[in-house]
Amino acid sequence: MQAFDYVRASSVDEVVSLLAQNGDQARVLSGGTDLLVALREGRRQAKLVIDVKGLAETSRIDYAPGKGLTFGAAVPCHRLYDNAEIAAAYPGLMDAATLIGGVQIQGRASMGGNLCNASPAADSIPALIAHSAIAVIAGPSGTREVPVEEFCIAPGRTQLQNGEFLVSLRVPAPAPGFGAAYLRFIPRNEMDIAVVGVGASVTLDESRTTFVAARIALGAVAPTPLYVAEAGASLVGKKVSAEAIEEAAKIAQAAARPITDMRGTAEFRKHLSAVMTRRTLEKAIARAKAA
Amino acid sequence: MSNKVRVQTKLNGHDVEFLAEPRQSLLEVLRDTLNLTGAKEGCNNGNCGACNVIMNGVLVNSCLVLAVEADGAEVTTIEGISLAGELHPLQKKFLEHAALQCGICTPGFIVSAKALLDKHPDPTEHEVRMWLSGNLCRCTGYDKIVRAVLDAADSPELEATRA
Repeated sequence: MQAFDYVRASSVDEVVSLLAQNGDQARVLSGGTDLLVALREGRRQAKLVIDVKGLAETSRIDYAPGKGLTFGAAVPCHRLYDNAEIAAAYPGLMDAATLIGGVQIQGRASMGGNLCNASPAADSIPALIAHSAIAVIAGPSGTREVPVEEFCIAPGRTQLQNGEFLVSLRVPAPAPGFGAAYLRFIPRNEMDIAVVGVGASVTLDESRTTFVAARIALGAVAPTPLYVAEAGASLVGKKVSAEAIEEAAKIAQAAARPITDMRGTAEFRKHLSAVMTRRTLEKAIARAKAA
Repeated sequence: MSNKVRVQTKLNGHDVEFLAEPRQSLLEVLRDTLNLTGAKEGCNNGNCGACNVIMNGVLVNSCLVLAVEADGAEVTTIEGISLAGELHPLQKKFLEHAALQCGICTPGFIVSAKALLDKHPDPTEHEVRMWLSGNLCRCTGYDKIVRAVLDAADSPELEATRA
């Protein structure tokens, strides 16, 4: 692997100043499951690797029912799904956390890292969008917050400016009648990259028969994870029905603009966009009714 | 070339100190510096699981951990799985079930299975298969491996390893 220096950072300010000084020659390390592979293969260059796992801000999990969840950008997936309360409150996030790589990847890989890696096919991003997650960013001029759907700007590229890094993710408390899910299509049973992935959340009314709110996001069908606000909006105020779900799926499908690559053709992905949106909504609705 | 860094670990129950360049993976240091060649380099990118070790109680690919990150950590490798000279029940069951051919993937499978049984002492077959999905074997076709793990989970000896 290319030679670099390593710093185990001990404060947010230290990370920001190291990043500001070193520009794109510095890389932030949390779980390393993407970064170390990229450095080894020469796809990324680094003179300095800044390990942020030692910061309280990037490694904490704060959860209170009714208040919501904030978890550090370096929190590995397994710490989220090993927490029964969080797993129950954020089912869409758990769907994603349990299928990013195998167990040994989930022991290291973080959702924050998955977001910063900015793969169009990242599993956690549609789930984070479905759960209305907010990215908390630290930088030279302080902290700013960006909705996750605006965080990625191109394959492998994010909103982060020089000197900035992702500190944590803030996820609102689920409302009563809330349900969410993330599903992906892969040709195998596990350990694969999504051909299409869909994150969806719904909030149903007190009688659990009418949509109050809904959010739908697709992965692997555009240069960035794709939030389709109008697909969710089409459900609001409607009774839960196969027709309403089908219409939302059609809107999501229309928004998808996939490419053909080794994992699937554009045509197949377009088809999957509707199928997976429908299935994910059905799962989210079932969870909302059971909640 | 970057300067070497001093790293202190608890490795298989012993205090072990070594020097590592920041760019060296834990796997490289285990094999090339510490002569613990049980963990294997298969893919070197986190897909195959042949290099798996348990770090601070969590199963990880040692090829995706920098050696310097192991400072202050407890690490268990395949060399630390056996018990006072006796094979661990998992190791015995792998032999009994002939759950290996070439053997390259075997240390990784046993370390993964150990982490599984530490967390879920009585797994279902589905749980075993899902847990081991990050370990690749190109010889035997998994079935004997899964049987060996399930049999080890049922073994009274395993209970004794927890005492």
